[in-house]
This record gives sequence, C-alpha cells and structure tokens, in this order.
Amino acid sequence: MTRLAVPKTYKLFIGGAFPRSESGRTYEVLAANGDFLANAAKASRKDARDAVVAARKAVSGWSGATAYNRGQVLYRVAELLEGRRAQFVDEVQASEGLSGRDAEAQVDEAVDTWVWYAGWADKFVQVAGNANPVSGPFFNLSVPEPTGVVAVVAPQGALSLLGLVAVVAPALVTGNTVVAIADEQHPLSAISLTEVLATSDLPAGVVNVLTGSAAEIAPWLASHADVNALDLAGAAELDWVDLQIAAADTLKRVLPPDGRDVATRSLERIKAFTEMKTVWHTKSTL
Amino acid sequence: MTFLDYAPAPESRSILSLRSSYGLFIDGEFVDGHGDGFHTVSPANEEVLAEISTADGHDVDLAVQAARRAHDKVWSRMSGADRGKYLFRIARLVQERARELAVAESLDNGKPIKESRDVDVPLVAAWFFYYAGWADKLDYAGLGTAPRSLGVAAQVIPWNFPLLMLAWKIAPALAAGNTVVLKPAETTSLTALLFAEIVQQAGLPSGVVNIVTGAGETGRMLVNHPDIDKVAFTGSTAVGREIARSVAGTSKRVTLELGGKAANIVFDDAPIDQAIEGIVNGIFFNQGHVCCAGSRLLVQENVHEEVVDRLKSRLSTLRMGDPLDKNTDIGAINSAEQLQRIRELSDIGEAEGADRWTADCVIPDNGFWFAPTIFDNVSTSSRIAREEIFGPVLSVLTFRTPAEAIAKANNTPYGLSAGIWTDKGSRMLAVADKLRAGVIWANTFNRFDPASPFGGYKESGYGREGGRHGLTAYLAPQSAAAIVAPADTAGKTTRTKKGSAK
Amino acid sequence: MTLDLARTVVGSELSERSLRAFTLGLPGVDAVGLEQRAASLATRSIKTSSKRWALDTIVSLIDLTTLEGADTPGKVRSLVAKAVLPDPSDPTCPQVAAVCVYGDLAHVAVEALGANHAGAAGTINVAAVATAFPSGRASLRVKLADTADAVEAGADEIDMVIDRGAFLAGRYGEVFDEIVAVKEACRRSDGTSAHLKVILETGELATYDNVRRASWLAMLAGADFIKTSTGKVSPAATLPVTLLMLEAVRDWHHLTGELVGVKPAGGIRSSKDAVRYLVTVAETAGERWLDPRLFRFGASSLLNDVLLQRQKIETGHYSGADYVTID
Repeated sequence: MTRLAVPKTYKLFIGGAFPRSESGRTYEVLAANGDFLANAAKASRKDARDAVVAARKAVSGWSGATAYNRGQVLYRVAELLEGRRAQFVDEVQASEGLSGRDAEAQVDEAVDTWVWYAGWADKFVQVAGNANPVSGPFFNLSVPEPTGVVAVVAPQGALSLLGLVAVVAPALVTGNTVVAIADEQHPLSAISLTEVLATSDLPAGVVNVLTGSAAEIAPWLASHADVNALDLAGAAELDWVDLQIAAADTLKRVLPPDGRDVATRSLERIKAFTEMKTVWHTKSTL
Repeated sequence: MTFLDYAPAPESRSILSLRSSYGLFIDGEFVDGHGDGFHTVSPANEEVLAEISTADGHDVDLAVQAARRAHDKVWSRMSGADRGKYLFRIARLVQERARELAVAESLDNGKPIKESRDVDVPLVAAWFFYYAGWADKLDYAGLGTAPRSLGVAAQVIPWNFPLLMLAWKIAPALAAGNTVVLKPAETTSLTALLFAEIVQQAGLPSGVVNIVTGAGETGRMLVNHPDIDKVAFTGSTAVGREIARSVAGTSKRVTLELGGKAANIVFDDAPIDQAIEGIVNGIFFNQGHVCCAGSRLLVQENVHEEVVDRLKSRLSTLRMGDPLDKNTDIGAINSAEQLQRIRELSDIGEAEGADRWTADCVIPDNGFWFAPTIFDNVSTSSRIAREEIFGPVLSVLTFRTPAEAIAKANNTPYGLSAGIWTDKGSRMLAVADKLRAGVIWANTFNRFDPASPFGGYKESGYGREGGRHGLTAYLAPQSAAAIVAPADTAGKTTRTKKGSAK
Repeated sequence: MTLDLARTVVGSELSERSLRAFTLGLPGVDAVGLEQRAASLATRSIKTSSKRWALDTIVSLIDLTTLEGADTPGKVRSLVAKAVLPDPSDPTCPQVAAVCVYGDLAHVAVEALGANHAGAAGTINVAAVATAFPSGRASLRVKLADTADAVEAGADEIDMVIDRGAFLAGRYGEVFDEIVAVKEACRRSDGTSAHLKVILETGELATYDNVRRASWLAMLAGADFIKTSTGKVSPAATLPVTLLMLEAVRDWHHLTGELVGVKPAGGIRSSKDAVRYLVTVAETAGERWLDPRLFRFGASSLLNDVLLQRQKIETGHYSGADYVTID
C-alpha cells in the first residue's frame, strides 16, 4: 500500500519568517515534464520593501559578528545542506529536468561553494586590505567592510540552487545582508534552502528570499534608497540597463551581468560588495 | 602697531610667466579648440589671467583618438620599467617647477600660497613618485600576474585642488598602462596646461596625456565618448549620478569621488587644543572647498560651550586675504557662483534658527570672499546640517553618548570621511568601526598621502584613489580565468565544465 | 594668600591625592597635532616693518645668560656690559630684559649693572638660578637656603628647577609643596618678593602630557613664570613645548584672570627661530604676552644673531661676526 505524501507549502523568507506574499498571489511551478510541483508565492513590491527592512535591521548584528563566527555560520549552512542532500537533488532534478548525476553535481557544488566562501570569512580582510606606509607620524590601515544591503537577482532558468548560493554566499561572507530574487521558473530549491538557512544559526533577516517575477520586483529593489548594492547576476534577460540606471540615483554599487559563469567561485565577487575604509591615527613621536 | 598685523609678505609672481592664451593639449601639441574660448580669472581680484580654449565634440574626438593610438601602439606595450621612468621624470619636473606651479594654482584658484606650496604641489610630486614605482610591479597589485590596462581613461576633475586632482587621476592611470584625456574644471585650467608643458619636457610619447579644457558640456562629451574604457570623475554628487546613469549598460569602468558632509566628532576626553586645530583644519582648509571637509562638528554636550568658545578665539587669529601672501590662512572663494551658493545656504541656516557667528575679517573690495563662519545649535534636520556647502561654514551639533554620535554621523546619504577626537584608543577603534565613511581621521583631519586609499561610501561615490587600491581601479585581470578560484580537486564531486576560461 | 586660588581651581583642600587627581584630569595632548600646529606657526613670514619690530622686541625679551662652572666675576661683568649696550654701533638698540647668572654671582651682576639695574634707575633685572640648579638634587633645606642667598644678594628673579624625580615618581604634591616653599623663600625682608620662574626641564619630563601637568602644578603653586629648561639637558626649548606652555598660561588666565609668563630657554640661537616664538606667543596667548613681564628668551648667542639682522636692515647689506661684540 503506498503512502500518500504530504506536500510542502512554499512561501517567502523574510526576516527569518516564512510569510505568504502580502498580495496573496501565487504562481504555478511546473516540473520540466510539465507536471504540477507547487504553488509558489508571487512576491509583490511590498514584500520586497519588507525584505529590505528586515535586511537593513540585520546589518548591524551580522556585520558586527566576528569573522570567525560568520565563517562558522556559513560552514554550518554547508553541513545542513549536505544533510538534506537527497531532498535538494530531487527538487533540482524534478524542476530543472536534470539527470540524477547532474542534479547531484549541482547540489554537491552548492555545498562546496558554501564551504569555500566560509573559509574566506576571516581571510578576506587580510588579502584585500593593507597597512599603508604614509609619509608622516600616522598609523594608517585600509580594511574592507561590507557595503550593507545587497539586492540580488539570482541566475534564472538554470542552476536554480547553485546559482543562488554562488551569488548569496560571497555577499554574506563579509557581513552584508541580502535580499535575493530566486530563479523564477525553478524557485523550489531556493525556498528549501531558506529552511536550511533558518536552522543554521544565520540571524533572522540576514538572507531574505523572494519568489515571483524578477521583472516585477527588481526595479523596486534597484531604486530603493535603502539598498546599497545590486547584483544583476541573473538579470541578463531583463531590461537590466534600466535597473542600472535606476540604481544610479542613489549611486548603488552595481555588478552587471558580465557573461561569465556566475557559479564560478571568485574573490572578485566578495570584493564587489565591500567598501574600503581607511583609518588614520596619529602616532606620537616619543 | 600690532604685531599680528603682519606686514605683507607676498610670494613673487615673477617666477610664473603665463601666455595670454592657451589651447588644448592633444597628441603632444597645443592646438586651438573649436569651441568659444573663455577667460580664466583670479578669484581674489577678478583679474583676467589668460584666455582658455573650449574643446568641442570634434576636439574631444581627436583627443580620444590620440589617446587610443598612444595606448594601443605605444604606452600599453612599453615595459613597465620605462613607463615608471617617465613618471619619475614627471615627479622631478614637478618638484623643479614647484614654486611656479604653486603660484599659478593660488592665482587661478584663490587658495593661499602656503597651501599650494606646502600641501598641493608637494603631494602632486609625491603622487607621481608613488605610482612611478608601481609601473613595473603590477603583478603585485593583487589581480594576479600580468594584469592589463583598461585603455583610454576619461578624467574629469574639480576646481578645488586642480593640480592635485590631476595627479590623483593621471599618475595611477599611466602607471597601469592607460592613456588619458583629462578635462580640468572650467575655472581652474591653468595648472593642467602648465602640466602639459611638463609632459612635453618629460618627453612623454604623444597622446599618452591629453588635456581638453572647457565647461561641463566638454566633460559630458568626453565621458560619453564611445571609445572610452574608464571614467574617473571627482566632483558633485549630481554630476556623479548623471555619469553613473550614462555609463549604464556600457563596459566602461567608473570611479566616482563625490560630495560629502563629514562629521567631526569631538569627545569630552579629546586632546582639546589639537581638536580645535583639527576642527579648524577640517572645515577652513582650502576655504572649505574640500569634499571631505569636516563640515558637521559633533561635539559632546558636556564640552560644547568650551569647544565653541575656544574655536571662536582660534578663528579670530585666522588671516583672510591675498592668496599670494605667505601669511594668508583663508583665501578667496573660487567663483562668484560658488560664493552665491555659500551665501544662500548660510542665509538658510540663519533662517532655520541656528546661531550664526562670523570671524571679524576685513573683506577685500574685489574678488570673491566669505569669512569663516560657525553655526551653533544646528539641528539635524537643518539644511546646513544635510547639504554640502563647500565653503568655510561649520555647523555645530551636540551628542550625549558614543552611540548617539555614531548615529548622527551616519545620518546622511554621504559617506566620504569622518573625524574622531578622543584620547581613549578603544573608543576610537570602536567608533571608527561603526562610521560609514571611506576615510576616518582619528586625532587628525584632512591628511592625504599617495599610499593611502581615499574614497567614499554611499552617495559619496565608489572606487578608491591612492594606494594599491587606487592602482587597481585602472587595471583588469589578465583574463577572467585569472580571478577564478582553482577547481576543487578534493572531495567527492567532479566539477562540471563551466567554460569559464577564456 | 596665593594658595586660596589653588584651592579654588583644584576644588578641594590641597593634598597629594587632590593634586594628583586634578593633574591627571587635565586634557591630553596629541603630540602629532601639537607638533603640526607648531610647524604651521613656524611658516609665518615676518617681513619689513614687522621684522624690525620683532627684532627689537626679541632683544628686549632676552635673559642674557651665562651658566658655566667656569663663570667668573669678569665674565659676569662682561655679560652685563653687553646687556646694557648690546650694539655699541647703534644706540637705538634696546637693552635686554635681564642677565641670568648663578646665585653666587648675583651680587657681581647687581654691582656691574649699577644705575641700569631695575632695582636702581634702570630696567635690567638680575635673574639667579637656584635650588641646586641644574639637577635640583639636594634637600629642601639646601634649596631654600640657595634661594634665600640669591635673593639677599640682590636677585630680582629666581629661576628654580622642579624636582623631576618626585614628578616622575608621581609625587605631585611634593613638587607642588616645594615650589610653594621656594616662593616663600623669595620673600624679601621688606615684604616684596623676587619673581619666581619655575623650570620644568621639559627634556626630562619626556612627554607633552607631563609638560602640561607640570605647568599646571607650577601655576597652582604660584609661579610667576614657567620656564622650559635649564639649558643643560637636551632637548631644551622647542617650539611645540613652548606652544604647549603658552596654551597652559592662556587657559590659566582664562580660568583665574592671573597672568603667568613663559620662558623658553636653551637652543634658541637664531633670529629666525626667535621670530617663530614671537608668532607663537602672539597667536596663542596673545600679543599682551609679548612683554618682558610675561615672556623671556633664556639665551646667550641669540642676541648677536639678532644684532646682525638689525644691522642688515639698517645698512642694507649683510653684516659679519666681527661687527658684533662677544661677551
């Protein structure tokens, strides 16, 4: 006798909670073969606004945590993701229509990507910053700091899990908080990932994930004055130039879609969402 | 007599011989511009100093073409060691002609000769020396081996530190193998044109440095030119925004150095006499025409009166007048337009209820002048506490606790610089951590060094100038592959081919 | 009684503990900022009429000094002659403020000055160093006797040294009490007092914070002048240290209304240097301090350099060492 499965309700992830869209809207998520998989929440501009509020609130705590602590939290994410490997493989496989082997490879790569970035937490400052030998009696040090709230359009249409991890993890590791728009077509693994995040010591609001139409939500994030940076990794199919123009109004840092494979781990991705702070202090002549 | 009325001690103008008119500097030669020329005047007495050309679209195009040729055929192919030697030559020539450059700068800009002589020009030479040494060491810049130049850089600079901003732009660009087309500010073109002579004396290959003069429209055409690879701009946030919009969707790399409204935070345990000097230097240096000026004094409420009293006495010893007098502390406001803006905002400050105090200075009959002014009891919502005045006007606000100081300091869309005055090291470090600004000066203010990165957070722009970070703003990794992490060969998975190597 | 003022300023009875709390509670000094301010004052360019005035003023502020173990009555008489008539070729040259000698030679200076002595019809004072100068390492009894002897010999001003050992050991009350006692020893039988200059020996105090603390201790204890150095320790007077002490007397005046003088001593040899001190005085404490009652240079070779500069202005050409007198 076969047991009747209990399907999951897929919701948004905002401020550590799992709300439905305030708009009450959902959209059908279909498998590669056309089967119904789930109704995902279709986020509205107000959900995006709430997500930015949650992300802003979380900046101080997350950026103020020790680098060691952030590294541990990111590594914890990898551990929990690994523990639910089978579920993610199933989700990715069903949604993207991948072979079992490719789905496994994507999930494994996502886990390893968390591990790779986790390790950077307490090393990035050493690599990107430096002491500056100024000509005068001053102690002078340049250190990178997180930019603040980073809005991300995750890669769309493929690599639904790995793509999201590959853009969120590098922003997180230095202490930024993130509002991410998941792969519109394949949002399920992103929502499942938020369940991992919610149980992995990541403070509420540090990562917020919206599902729904990137074309609808992204302009609100690009023009939001309390967003500091914009990662357009998955915006190639959108009118992303307009997003960049909107972001110019508050001089946001913008990482345009550059055609490179976003899933590639890179130090530049970490750097893109940091600010170099230089501190001078007088050094007494004895 | 009173001793403090020091007898005039003017720097001699005879060291400087200006031509009656200057053309554009394109492809190694001075050529006439096709736009309508204009006069550059001394803001101290409105004397016409020279006629300056305006570059039109055609001229800009010629300059970009010259820079492109020089980049592709000569400069980017030259060994780093040789590029470095050219930059060293320039540094030495700047030192040799230092006094002449200082006089020209003070005449054209209105800043006191002691600042152009002791700050601007020495830093210009230092900037070229610093980046000269980088030219053959690009492998160590942090971008992997053999990073490449970006190409042709369009550089648009402001009028507050004309020659220094030129050095900030040109030195790293050239060290990294780029060629440049630079547009100085309309009111302060002279030293850039003298620099063109230095470029000739240094024997720099034609087209590596091009100078186009003119107003905002010339700058706009330059920035929007399709054959530009890099835009570096220092100036207002409004123009910075316009540039950020205009480059959207292009592959142009951008560095923006924009406005500021820096907080200068004075705690009750500050080294008080030095803090007063720091406040004065923070806002009255260069007539307050400084993007990183400490224009908001945040003083702990329990020492507020003492600090303001001491500040007023100190300001009473500042000497305003002839920029060429060696004893002048406060020079002329750069232009009638800027003076108008300072007056407007000051009137608003008064209308909004802040207590205005102005140092007792004799204002010369001609030229553009504004006496050092303090607004006390300014509220955080006042326009003079929010907007960049870019003049010798200080707004004084109070705070009660370190947390409040930090909150008020950060309560601005800008984030260029900030000052902290305290004798308590742990507090300094904690506050420095929390301030959202690119440059933090603790127990000092307005210090600059070629080895030290400078640049802002938020609406103060992006990118850094100075230091290793300023160099990387003009470099790209050899290829995308160079910045990619090595594939993880450990572990159980085999990475799928990503096609990332190009 | 002067200690009433000290009690008011300190805000309590004067004790080792209250003086320590007060002194350590003074605002700190950032060395880099202080030195930068001094360097910036040093860039003032003093020309033409201002320079002429400055040179004459410098002469009138000099404590012409000889403090050698080999000093003799003859040497002191020669010094006095120079003080009275600094430039024999120019009678318009002002006289110096004082001659500064060891206490046992004070009577020689007084005799040699004759009518030029401030105690007679003139304006030149006799300053005597006392309190086991320069080290200050003697018992209080000896220091007080040293002081009383010099006053009795006719000294108008006593240049005492503080006990740096006690200061560095943190015994601020002891330093304070000793200054108070020496001040008392400056009293003459007719009820008047010799002026007391308190030498901090800043080169041994090492830090600017210490210089500020010692300045305030000395002012609290009733010093008429605070003086940088004995001239026997390097570094002696520096522009930053003098600037700091000028800030102290300025703040003291602001707080109490009292005027205390400042005397940089040792190492100021050129007119150019001395002009920088004048600028620093004028822009820190105010022009009021450019008066022998409130500012002195402790110097010996400075005078001749100033005279050479004066001659240059008079004649329009550079002068030479043979055209000024050695003392």
